[in-house]
Amino acid sequence: MDEPDRRDTEPFSEEQSPMRKAYWRANIRLLATLLSIWFAASFGAGILFRDFLDQFSIGGYPLGFWFAQQGAIYVFLALILIYVVAMHRIERKFDVDDDDG
Amino acid sequence: MDTQTLIYIFVGLSFALYIGIAIWSRAGTTSEFYVAGGGVNPVVNGMATAADWMSAASFISMAGLIAFLGYDGSVYLMGWTGGYVLLALLLAPYLRKFGEFTVPDFIGTRYYSRTARVVAVICLIFISFTYIAGQMRGVGIVFSRFLDVPILWGVIIGMGIVFIYAVLGGMKGITYTQVAQYCVLIFAYMVPAFFISFLITGNPIPALGLGSEVNDGSGLYVLEKLDLVLTDLGFAAYTDGSKSTIDVFCITMALMVGTAGLPHVIVRFFTVPKASDARKSAGWALLFIALLYVTAGSVGAFASLNFIDTVNEQSYAEAPEWFTNWEANDLIAWRDKNDDGRMQYRPGDAFEGAPVFSESGEGASGERVLENAATDNENEVYVDRDIMVLANPEIANLPGWVIALVAAGGLAAALSTAAGLLLVISSSVSHDLLMKTFRPDITEKGELLAARIAATAAIVVAGYLGIYPPGWVAQVVAFAFGLAAASLFPAIFMGIFSMRMNREGAIAGMVTGLVFTFLYIAWFKLWAPAANVEANWLLGISPEGIGVVGMVINFAVATVVASLTKAPPANIRKLVDNIRVPRGAQKPHMH
Repeated sequence: MDEPDRRDTEPFSEEQSPMRKAYWRANIRLLATLLSIWFAASFGAGILFRDFLDQFSIGGYPLGFWFAQQGAIYVFLALILIYVVAMHRIERKFDVDDDDG
Repeated sequence: MDTQTLIYIFVGLSFALYIGIAIWSRAGTTSEFYVAGGGVNPVVNGMATAADWMSAASFISMAGLIAFLGYDGSVYLMGWTGGYVLLALLLAPYLRKFGEFTVPDFIGTRYYSRTARVVAVICLIFISFTYIAGQMRGVGIVFSRFLDVPILWGVIIGMGIVFIYAVLGGMKGITYTQVAQYCVLIFAYMVPAFFISFLITGNPIPALGLGSEVNDGSGLYVLEKLDLVLTDLGFAAYTDGSKSTIDVFCITMALMVGTAGLPHVIVRFFTVPKASDARKSAGWALLFIALLYVTAGSVGAFASLNFIDTVNEQSYAEAPEWFTNWEANDLIAWRDKNDDGRMQYRPGDAFEGAPVFSESGEGASGERVLENAATDNENEVYVDRDIMVLANPEIANLPGWVIALVAAGGLAAALSTAAGLLLVISSSVSHDLLMKTFRPDITEKGELLAARIAATAAIVVAGYLGIYPPGWVAQVVAFAFGLAAASLFPAIFMGIFSMRMNREGAIAGMVTGLVFTFLYIAWFKLWAPAANVEANWLLGISPEGIGVVGMVINFAVATVVASLTKAPPANIRKLVDNIRVPRGAQKPHMH
């Protein structure tokens, strides 16, 4: 477990326990990772680097075109799945989950 | 049995099913009316969300748009799915933990301000009415083409059905009818797609078919053949786009963020039992949506190939039946510019504007005569993009029951979305305006009655817009997404992720984001449509994508204003702290 950063000067920090802060930081880290992949798969592969990727192909699809019309959607699905599992683990670790009983 | 009888049977059966479900699931309390009592299973809610989300635009229009746009059509495929990642990760679980009824509820409470609540209600009503007019028009098109009833009666029948289950059943009725509607619409979308993919490529899975070889012995991949056929006729290649990269980027982003900020989608996540269910539910919703979305790109490409194959250089006298059927409905037109009796399909508009048919006489080949001025390019064929999905089974010569299924599916898609929109409109009026702002002493019974009256009024307005679509409706779908991206999404996002964001910042941000986006879109779409060309756009961003700039302005203004004004009170900071943690979610409380 990461050591909570006590030098944090974020306003209102006095209201949050160190556990809560560590939980929230772990959450933000997870979000940042997943959203980077979200951005890379859609805006990166499907739009910005499409021309470069189109020189490769997957079946009859140019790769960049495939990302824009299909690949990105598969990545989105995988991201939500990973988020559901990873977030649940974080919540259990910091004892803030909403499991019954 | 002929196709027409089959269509009546399929549509009739599906309507009977929706009404049956509505009667079984009537709402008795405001909590049931607004959020189905807050006890909906995440998988069920995912399915209902998918039906709620996939509108006439997704079902009827999208594949047709892609057929004509090629790569540029990807903005819809990515834009209308990627928003679910934002919803699942950034909004849904926290809003569920907050545990109230509506989106303005969250904004009004988090920013401790009636003004913020009313601004949110205005955004919501504007977004939802823009959206609903399109649904009613979709209902009208399906009815007039497939059931041979005038658009007027088509819309009235559609209004009647929605009235029964939205007004009686509220969110509870809507949820369970949407589950049924999802099943109808996905089945109706997939069956013809399987058939067509199999006919063209030998592979029945459309998403794989598009990456396979055409089974005409040429050894070409589908996309290669399509590029070849299109460039031969002078069109741009299918796998190339004509929009600039920055525009594609901004439109995709605006659609994604806009999706995450659409009130009728967000409110579906208020109906599950707890915060962790909200994220699971978003995953299920995306899975159910993805089934259609990974298919739509293929449907568009196959439709484009089939259309050119059957229409181009075909003599009008031997034109297939579907061609003349749609011509009779004003959605296809042909003008024989070179008097050879054959239909030349080329780039450019065949004539100026939408077709205006003359009432008297026929052309030399028996076609309907047009009053529009001809353009001087070689193209002779006008085709409304909206017909591609509906006409696809006919173009591919599929059996009558498949055509009937598509008619029922198109109606399911339009009705399910219309119902979801009506619900957020009515709850924002009865709950946010009446109960929370102007008449706080209203009883629960009174509020429920007000919700039903508001829903009824909203249906009548939506129906009117469907029967007499003002010219601007088709022009302003960009509004719904742009405004949601520029107003509601940033306000909700900062409400969760920033402790420091306060009333002044949020209101200033919403208002500037909203006003900027509204003026930009209205200027280019309504007031000066002639100026709507790339050279005049801000940074080369079209009105469809400008919501992204509105969003950035919203964030910037809100942050600056918040840093100059007083921090939010302690109880609000406690509220934010509380919604960040899943444990302890309550069912939405009774009033």
